[in-house]
Amino acid sequence: MKAGTSPSLAVELCGVQLPTPLVLASGILGTEAELMARVARSGAGAVTAKSCSLESRAGHPNPTVLAWEHGLINAVGLANPGVEAEVEELVRTKELLRPLGAALVASVFADTVENFARVAARVAGAGPDLIEVNISCPNVHDEFGTPFAADAAAAAEVTAAVKDAVAGQAPVLVKLSPNVADIAAIARAVERAGADGITAINTLAGMVIDVHARRPILANRTGGLSGPAIRPLAVRCVYDLYRAVSIPIVGTGGVSSGRDAVEMIMAGATAVGVGSAVYDEGPETFRRIRDEMAALMDDLGYGRVQEMRGVAHQ
Amino acid sequence: VTDYFAELTSTRPKASLPRKARIVGLKDESPQVRTLVLDLSLEAEPGQFVMAWLPGVDEKPFSLVHAVPVVLTIARVGPFTAAVHTLGIGDRLWIRGPLGQGFTLPGSPIPDPRPSILLVGGGYGVAPLHFLAERALAAGWAVSMVIGARTAIDVVFAERFAVLGARVVVITEDGSLGQRGVATDAARRLLGEADYQGLYACGPEPMLAAVEELARDHSLPAQLSYERYMRCGFGVCGSCVQAGWLVCRDGPVRHVKRET
Repeated sequence: MKAGTSPSLAVELCGVQLPTPLVLASGILGTEAELMARVARSGAGAVTAKSCSLESRAGHPNPTVLAWEHGLINAVGLANPGVEAEVEELVRTKELLRPLGAALVASVFADTVENFARVAARVAGAGPDLIEVNISCPNVHDEFGTPFAADAAAAAEVTAAVKDAVAGQAPVLVKLSPNVADIAAIARAVERAGADGITAINTLAGMVIDVHARRPILANRTGGLSGPAIRPLAVRCVYDLYRAVSIPIVGTGGVSSGRDAVEMIMAGATAVGVGSAVYDEGPETFRRIRDEMAALMDDLGYGRVQEMRGVAHQ
Repeated sequence: VTDYFAELTSTRPKASLPRKARIVGLKDESPQVRTLVLDLSLEAEPGQFVMAWLPGVDEKPFSLVHAVPVVLTIARVGPFTAAVHTLGIGDRLWIRGPLGQGFTLPGSPIPDPRPSILLVGGGYGVAPLHFLAERALAAGWAVSMVIGARTAIDVVFAERFAVLGARVVVITEDGSLGQRGVATDAARRLLGEADYQGLYACGPEPMLAAVEELARDHSLPAQLSYERYMRCGFGVCGSCVQAGWLVCRDGPVRHVKRET
């Protein structure tokens, strides 16, 4: 790298150009167009809208999100306004993101393979740059049974159905769960079924009990762990996935600094999801992570993000 | 728009897991509104809020009426607040916080003549302004407090503000107590009579909008406290957002600058 030029943070994810590799993870601040635009202005290269389903969902009662000593735990229960309202929000978001050069990721979930296809087809019409398929939410077992992400054949079936429904209108990312015995086997199955990329990982199932109340604090009792506590686990998953598949990976889990983002890319990620770190400084947390990343790349002698990708495998 | 959000104050929330507390005092303010005193103290600013949890029931946000000890004034408006109203002395509830950005006073007052701030409360919205009035009076400000309510029975805290040393003006929609009209009618009259350095308001949103307009007409800065359905309370889930602004984290107090 020539002296005086700052590193470029631009990356390409499944053919989509991102000004920075930082992707707002789903379920965090993805509820409104203006809010997602604010996150993009502060340094996210892409933003993921809140997961939506065909029908609206109220989600679980409170408490739904808590900060514990080493991260967050949540069981919001996929609250969303339903796909029709979500499509309107996606269209508004896309308009606000266009001048910023940031990409929009729509996120979908459903109870059956057929409904995954229906909601994905509807969302594709809103013109998102990418579509993420959430087959791995840990907080809705009672309603949906075992998540599709826990079974390679089921994960592949959903992937194929969504790919067919989206019909090439946008690349499809499949979001995988760490709550499985062999995440690489699931990843290979969704890659064979046509996934364009993988987002890994979703939250880990966990629980926090109040000893005075003598019961779990979350109304749903169990919830998904995120934040600093899960980062080494996420890094290990991304490292394994990089060896298992050749499609790009959005490495997500506990990233809250530029160092953490670089670590995830060295493990093999093409882009880096950021979610719970928003807890630290609000939506403007992205600005700090982006600036730290550029400074660290400069220190390490990297001019472009892709030069770092997977170097930990050497 | 970029600058507006970049200028917002945001610090790492002092959010913790819920902390247990016991009710050590109760007072009925009106048939619908009850004040709870807890055996818990927090380091907090006026305008900040807490999440109150009743295991097996729900968790909801409430502005602090006092922080040392924690005092909450809760109107019965739904199942959760109805459950809170059944609690007695010695019963437990759990508190998370303090959360959000509160009110700030406009710099240091000049001692003579004492400069004034104007507080406007609608219904049970007057309660969090009591915390602000207390701080402002201690810091050397003169405080005028408008208490607006539908009818006499909904007027809360009037005596308490007077005891603090605030000038209190009560106004009811039916004229059953004090002046007849809405809170902003009384505020407009006060702004015509004397100079104020700032406007502060808490209450229903149409009232907040009217206060904002009043501030603009008089070239005054305003701080308005909003109420919203919340989940995390610390700016992560996005449930309470309005036009990019996170009520729980950027607010609940919105600062409107003086128009120049």
